[in-house]
Amino acid sequence: MALLEVRDLKTSFFTPMGEIKAVDGVSFDLDKGRVLGIVGESGSGKSVSAYSILQILTPPGKVVGGSVKFNGDELVGASEKKIRDIRGNRISIIFQDPMTSLTPVFTIGNQLMEAILLHTDRNKKEARARAVEMLGLVGINDPERRMGQYSFELSGGMRQRVMIAMALACEPDILIADEPTTALDVTIQAQIIELMTELQHKLGMAIIMITHDLGVIASICDEVIVMYAGKVCERGTADQIFYNPKHEYTKGLLRSIPNIESDDKERLIPISGMPLDMLHMPAGCAFAPRCDRAMKICLTSQPQEYFVAQDHISACWVNIQEGIQSGLIKLDENGGVKV
Amino acid sequence: MSAEYILEVKNLKQYFPVTTGFMKTTLLKAVDDVSFSIKPGETLGMVGESGCGKTTVGRSLMHLYHKTGGDVFFDGIKIEKGATLAAFRKRAQIVFQDPYSSLNPRMTVGDIIAEPIDVHRLAASKKDRDARIGELIQMVGLSSEQATRYAHEFSGGQRQRIGIARALASNPDFIVADEPVSALDVSIQAQVINMLEDLQDKLKLAYLLIAHDLSVVKHISNRIAVMYLGKLVELAPANELHRHPAHPYTQALLSAVPIPDPQKSRESKRIMLSGDVPSPLNAPSGCAFRTRCAMAGASCAEAVPPLREIAPGHFAACVKI
Repeated sequence: MALLEVRDLKTSFFTPMGEIKAVDGVSFDLDKGRVLGIVGESGSGKSVSAYSILQILTPPGKVVGGSVKFNGDELVGASEKKIRDIRGNRISIIFQDPMTSLTPVFTIGNQLMEAILLHTDRNKKEARARAVEMLGLVGINDPERRMGQYSFELSGGMRQRVMIAMALACEPDILIADEPTTALDVTIQAQIIELMTELQHKLGMAIIMITHDLGVIASICDEVIVMYAGKVCERGTADQIFYNPKHEYTKGLLRSIPNIESDDKERLIPISGMPLDMLHMPAGCAFAPRCDRAMKICLTSQPQEYFVAQDHISACWVNIQEGIQSGLIKLDENGGVKV
Repeated sequence: MSAEYILEVKNLKQYFPVTTGFMKTTLLKAVDDVSFSIKPGETLGMVGESGCGKTTVGRSLMHLYHKTGGDVFFDGIKIEKGATLAAFRKRAQIVFQDPYSSLNPRMTVGDIIAEPIDVHRLAASKKDRDARIGELIQMVGLSSEQATRYAHEFSGGQRQRIGIARALASNPDFIVADEPVSALDVSIQAQVINMLEDLQDKLKLAYLLIAHDLSVVKHISNRIAVMYLGKLVELAPANELHRHPAHPYTQALLSAVPIPDPQKSRESKRIMLSGDVPSPLNAPSGCAFRTRCAMAGASCAEAVPPLREIAPGHFAACVKI
């Protein structure tokens, strides 16, 4: 049994204009001590997936289907009390914007101790010692003094370190990092990624890293999920995704980023078209309108997730067609796929 | 009249007074003694971390601020108030970072694009003006029917195209592009980068490309300037800077760029900088980078290191090189 099992997770936002299926049938497993990257463009549903796991969606967002099992316990539809025991304790999250995720009216120490006092049996003195220890662990110098400071007295990188310290204070099994370095400069980003890798080795927690930056994914993740329009396009190990991408969207993404290593000015190959209007989803594959290799079936029918190799899944009709041609899969009488 | 350089910036200084206490102001030296030049048709990339003054350089040289000191020469002519400034503003344009706040929501896209045409009275008639709008809007890959719509009807990538069309309206020779793609998604980013390159080839534009993403800057620039705390620390041809970064800050900056390749990422050795960028309000004496530099010695604190040529066309400001 995997540490976290997400099956067919569906989350929708019910807006006056209609239902937006922000997450539409996402499934994955996360094992102990592994780093899973979720990559996608804005609006692809990567953050909403994470919020759905932790049940921190605000209306009009609502989990409408699927299951999230943590250590075998179902979280979807669980009582608020049960979720509170897990959230911030067994599964923690750090947010993109370190400027707004800390309250300016309490000291850093106060906010750090709150999580510890809430989730552990430690008394105030022990909680304080633990908070100081955590600040030291995330590389903040002079932690005793920092305990009494307010968030606005710290720089962006420092605040993100405080967020990490807070998330890790209860030694969670899973850390969800939602674009943790997007608001930071590259040199600070490198520090934070280094810190996360180091702590992951030291504490052995699993990490879900949500980002739009393929460079960040490559530098930290074991496995990668590529999302587009609320669906998983492709899932595989980092090496599979970067060196042997199967889905046309993944290939397009990798082609469209400039390569800092190359000396000649190669022309970038962009993905044509525009991001999708989530209110008017096409009947077939969501990426088909932008895909160069789209076939007739891509426009009318949604592709199923299909194993292209061990631990490597792609949801693309082009891959399925290749599979049929090579005899690996057969179509049943209804046009469904049999593997 | 033509000169070797389309744009020359000499000892540009831009200080802002900041209230630091009761009846007390301190000068924030956002740009401090920056000099560079750009050839016609060339792209100079300008990189640095937030707060290093790269955006201020762009705005200050465009005379959007009253500069504190230094001179800007355009096509060999010194830009001063009055006629030279008006002529300069016609031939030099700027594209802003945020495509959401840099387009007026009350104006149609056509009127937004035509604003430079109206300001500089470049169209002889209404018909002329409409034809020019149609031409510009197609040049950036949108269709001419869209000219009657408003900015909020467009996506981020399309808005950035509108901003670029506006900048092209007065037939400029030089464009400051301030983080033109950083607000866009990766797949859209490549479209806009390609378009900027195509327009440059077609219209023989010179660019000052300000961005924090080194991969993007490296991709489209001929030369790259690196800024740290209001000063230029290194300036070199793009490939040279990438292969042989001389300044310790450039080295650290380049090694911090995450490479989208798991294998290389595992093998690469990162130079970790300790600490944060100091506040520009109390910058360290001498070399501003010395507080985070592994090579720093006593001599670094004494004087601000000048930018000197260490190889042909390669300039760096470090006493240790």
